[in-house]
Amino acid sequence: MIRLNSKIPDGPLARKWTSYKASVKLVNPANKKKIDIIVVGTGLSGASAASSLGELGYNVKVFCYQDSPRRAHSVAAQGGINAAKNYQNDGDSVYRLFYDMIKGGDFRAREANVYRAAEVSNQVIDHFTAIGVPFARDYGGTLDTRSFGGVQVSRTFYAKGQTGQQCLLGCYSSLNRQIKKGTVKMFPRREMLDLVVIDGRARGIITRNLVTGEIERHSAHAVVLATGGYGTIYYLSTLAVNSNASAAWKAHKKGACFANPSFVQIHPTCVPQLNEFQSKLTLMSESLRNDGRVWVPRTKGDKRPANDIPEEERDYYLERRYPAYGNLVPRDVGSRAAKERCDAGYGVGDTGLAVYLDFRDAINKQGKKAIESKYGNLFELYKTITGKDPYEEPMMIYPAGHYTMGGLWVDYELMTTIPGLYAIGESNFSDHGANRLGASSLMQAAGDGYFILPVTINNYLADQIRVPKIPTDSPEFEEAEKSARERLAKLISIKGKQTASSFHKRLGKIMWDYCGMTRNEEGLKKALVLVKELKKEFWSDLNVPGTINELNQELEKAGRVADYFELAELLITDAIERKESCGAHFREEYQTPDGEALRNDKEFAYVAVWEYAGEGKPHILHKEELKFEEVEMKERSYK
Amino acid sequence: MKLTLKIWRQKDARAKGSFVTYHMDNVSPEMSFLEMMDALNKKLVEEDKDPVAFDHDCREGICGSCGMYINGHPHGPVPGVTTCHLSMRYFNDGDTIWVEPWRAKPFPVIRDLIVDRSAFDKIQVAGGFISVNAGAAPEANSIPVRKKNADEAFDSAICIGCGACVAACKNASAMLFVSAKISQFALLPQGRVEAKDRVRAMVEKMDELGFGNCSNTGACEAACPKKIKLTNIARLNREYYKAY
Ligand SMILES: Cc1cc2nc3c(=O)[nH]c(=O)nc-3n(C[C@H](O)[C@H](O)[C@H](O)COP(=O)(O)OP(=O)(O)OC[C@H]3O[C@@H](n4cnc5c(N)ncnc54)[C@H](O)[C@@H]3O)c2cc1C
Ligand code: SF4
Ligand code: FES
Repeated sequence: MIRLNSKIPDGPLARKWTSYKASVKLVNPANKKKIDIIVVGTGLSGASAASSLGELGYNVKVFCYQDSPRRAHSVAAQGGINAAKNYQNDGDSVYRLFYDMIKGGDFRAREANVYRAAEVSNQVIDHFTAIGVPFARDYGGTLDTRSFGGVQVSRTFYAKGQTGQQCLLGCYSSLNRQIKKGTVKMFPRREMLDLVVIDGRARGIITRNLVTGEIERHSAHAVVLATGGYGTIYYLSTLAVNSNASAAWKAHKKGACFANPSFVQIHPTCVPQLNEFQSKLTLMSESLRNDGRVWVPRTKGDKRPANDIPEEERDYYLERRYPAYGNLVPRDVGSRAAKERCDAGYGVGDTGLAVYLDFRDAINKQGKKAIESKYGNLFELYKTITGKDPYEEPMMIYPAGHYTMGGLWVDYELMTTIPGLYAIGESNFSDHGANRLGASSLMQAAGDGYFILPVTINNYLADQIRVPKIPTDSPEFEEAEKSARERLAKLISIKGKQTASSFHKRLGKIMWDYCGMTRNEEGLKKALVLVKELKKEFWSDLNVPGTINELNQELEKAGRVADYFELAELLITDAIERKESCGAHFREEYQTPDGEALRNDKEFAYVAVWEYAGEGKPHILHKEELKFEEVEMKERSYK
Repeated sequence: MKLTLKIWRQKDARAKGSFVTYHMDNVSPEMSFLEMMDALNKKLVEEDKDPVAFDHDCREGICGSCGMYINGHPHGPVPGVTTCHLSMRYFNDGDTIWVEPWRAKPFPVIRDLIVDRSAFDKIQVAGGFISVNAGAAPEANSIPVRKKNADEAFDSAICIGCGACVAACKNASAMLFVSAKISQFALLPQGRVEAKDRVRAMVEKMDELGFGNCSNTGACEAACPKKIKLTNIARLNREYYKAY
C-alpha cells in the first residue's frame, strides 16, 4: 500500500518556497553531465522543463507525438497568462493571486503549491518577455493586462487571442537553443506506450516511432511527464483532437496514484456543435467576457433573430444572478448558469443549446476598432467556423469540456508516488483544486517547467550521481516492451467492424450526459454500467486496419480510446464517491436553495488519491487531508 | 452534397504514389474539410481498407499540423484559412476535388498526405531564439518596447509553421517562414543583441537544407493562412546585408 507524503515544507506559507530552496540538495555541474532525464511532452510545461534542465547541464531526451514540438496543445491557449505584477496598481499581490486561486478552486487545492505557483508567476512573465514573447503593450512601451473570470484585478498578460501560441513558441525557442547546444535531444512523432520501473524507481519509457512503427527503449535516471490533460475523454472538447491520457494512465498502472479524476472544467464559451461529424468544439476565449454580455430571451422559445429582440426582453442572467462579478463569474458558475437557462427552455439557435454573447454595447461605446484590436482574431475565428459575423450579430456559445484539474498526484516537489517520476503542467493535479481560474494554467505549466521542477528534481538526483547509465536490456525493459507489443497486437487482432473514433464518440456522449456539468448518483451509476458495456463491445468489435510496423493512425487512436475506457470508470467512481458539490463537480443532490454548489468541508476537504490495485480489482482510495492554515474556508460567493 | 475525391495515396517515402478516386455522399456544408476526410476514413475502415493518412491536431488553425493541396491550392481555395478551418460550404454538389500532399523537395512524403517538415525545425534550431537562461531575465517592464514595434513583431510571430508557403512556391523557398521569425526578433530590443548571428545562421541552414531562392512571385503570401506579409522578406534581406 502506498503512503502519501506531500512533503510540504515547514514554516509560514510565504516562506515555504524560499526556505525549501535554501535547503534543497544540489548536484554539481560535473555530475549533472552524467545524469539522463526523459521529458515526455513539449507543451508549455514539457518544453520549459526540458530547456531549463538542459541549461543546467543535464542530458535531456524529449518526446512528443506531433511532428514538431511547436505543435503541442498549449499552442491553442488563447486568452492569457496571469502574474501578480500589480502593474495596474489595482491592489494585486502574490497573496491575492494565491487567494483567488484557492477560492476559485473551491478550497480543494493544496495551499503550499498554490502559493508557490503565484510566487513564481512574476518570474515567468520576466522570462517570457526576455526571450521575445510579443505580449501586448501600452503606448508607453510597458506591458498591458486584462481581466479574466473570477477575479477583480487586471493581471492577465496576453498576446491578442494567441497567448498560448506565443508562449509555446517562446518555450520552443528555448528548447531549440538547447538542442543546438546538444544538451537536449528531441524525438518527435513518438508515442510513449509504457513506463519502465526498476526496483521501485522510474527508469525509462517504451515508445513507438509513429512513422516506422518501431518500438524503442529509452532509459534515464528520472522521467518527467508533461503530457497534458484528458478533456478529450468527452470526445467533443476544446482540446486538440489527439490529446490523450495514455502516458499518465500507463504511469498510473505502474504505481503513480491518480488524484481527483472527476474534477473536469467545462468552459462556458465555446462554439456550439454544428453537425454530427464534428470533431471538436472551438473555444471562444474567456477574455471576450470582458466586453461581451451574455443573455437569452426573456420568453421561452423566442425564435426572433437576436437583433430583433428589444433590450427589455433580454435576460442578462449572469448580471442578474451575480451582480458583483456579472459576466466575469468563474467558468463553472458560468457554464452551469447557461445549462440552467437552456434546460429551462430559454436557449437559442436551432438546437436550443446555445446562449448569446453580445458585443453590441461594447462596440457602441468603444468603437469597432477598439474591439477589433482586442479580439480581432477571435471574431474572425468565429466567422470562419460559423459563417456569421459577430460585429453584426451576437455570438452563439455553449459550454464544452476544456480542462482537467485532476491528474497524477504529486507532492510538493512535483514527484508522483513512483520515486523518480515527476508530473508537471496539466498532467498533474496540484494547483487548481476543483476549478481552474482562467489564465492560470499557462502560468502553472510554465512555472512548473522553468522554475519549480529544475529546483526540486535535484533533491532526488543528488542521490543518483553514483548510478551509472541505466542499461535498456534489463528484464524490466524486456517485459515492458513485450507487454506494449502484445497490446498493440491485440488491438489489431480484433478485426471487428467499428472504428476507434466511433467508440470514442459514444464514450464521450455517456461521459457528457452523466458525468459532465452536473451529476447525480443515479446517473453516475448508470454511466458506470454503460461504460463497461461499451468497453466490452470495443474489445470485440473494433477494427484497426494495417499493421504495427508502419504509420498507422487508427492504431494510435485505438490505444488511446482503450485507455480512456479505463480512466472513464475511475472518473465516474470518483464522482460517485465525492458526495458534495465543489467547483466544477456539481452533484445535483447537494445544492443550496438558489442552485449554488453546496460544499461539505467536514467530510470532503481532501484530495481523493486513487491507487491502481491490478486488472479487474477496484481502485484503492487514499485521502490527502487539506489543511488550510492561511485562509479560512468560506462559501464561494460571486454575488 | 455528393463529391468525387481524387486523393494521393502513397504507402511510404519509397513507394510510388498515385491518385485514387473516392465517392462521398451526404457531405454536409457545415463540415470542415478534415471532418469530411474523417467521414471518408470511417467508411474506409468499416470496409477494412487503409484510411487516408493526414496530419492534424488542434483543428482550429493554430498548431500548423494540417496542410493539403486542395484543387491545386495549399490549404484550399479560400484565402486566410488552414485546411482544418476550410468549410465544406465553399464546395458545390457534384464537385470533383483533388487532394495532394505538399509538393516540395525539402518536405519528402511520409505517407499519403503526410510530409516530413522537420527541415523547418532545423532552421529554428540554427538560430530562432534569444539566448537567455531561465532565471537570468530582468524585470519585464525594464525593457520598454514601442507599441507599434510590439504589434508588428506579433504580426510576424503568428506563423504556424505549416509549410504552405514552401508548397506554394515554385522554387520551394522558405523565405516567408524564416523572415517571420527574423522579423519578430529584429523588431524587439531583446532580439537585437544576436540579430547578426541569427540571420546568418538561419539563412545558411535554409540554403543547406535545399530550400530554393526567392524570386519575388508572392505565391507564399497568397497561400499563407496567417497572412504573413512579404514585407517580412524585405526585412530579412535588410537584416542579412547588415550582418556582413
Ligand atoms: C482551447 C484552449 C484554450 C486555452 N486557453 C488558456 C488560456 O488562455 N490561459 C491559460 O492559462 N490556459 C489556457 N488553456 C489551458 C492550457 O492551454 C493548458 O492547460 C496547458 O497549455 C497545458 O500545457 P501542458 O504543457 O501541460 O500540456 P500540453 O500543451 O497539452 O502538451 C502535451 C504534450 O505531451 C505530449 N504527449 C502527450 N501524450 C504523449 C505520449 N503518450 N507520448 C508522447 N508525447 C505525448 C504531446 O505531444 C504534447 O507535446 C487553454 C486550453 C484550451 C484547450
Ligand atoms: S509563413 Fe505562413 S504559410 Fe509559411 S509556414 Fe508560416 S503560417 Fe505557414
Ligand atoms: S489541425 Fe491545427 S492548424 Fe489545422
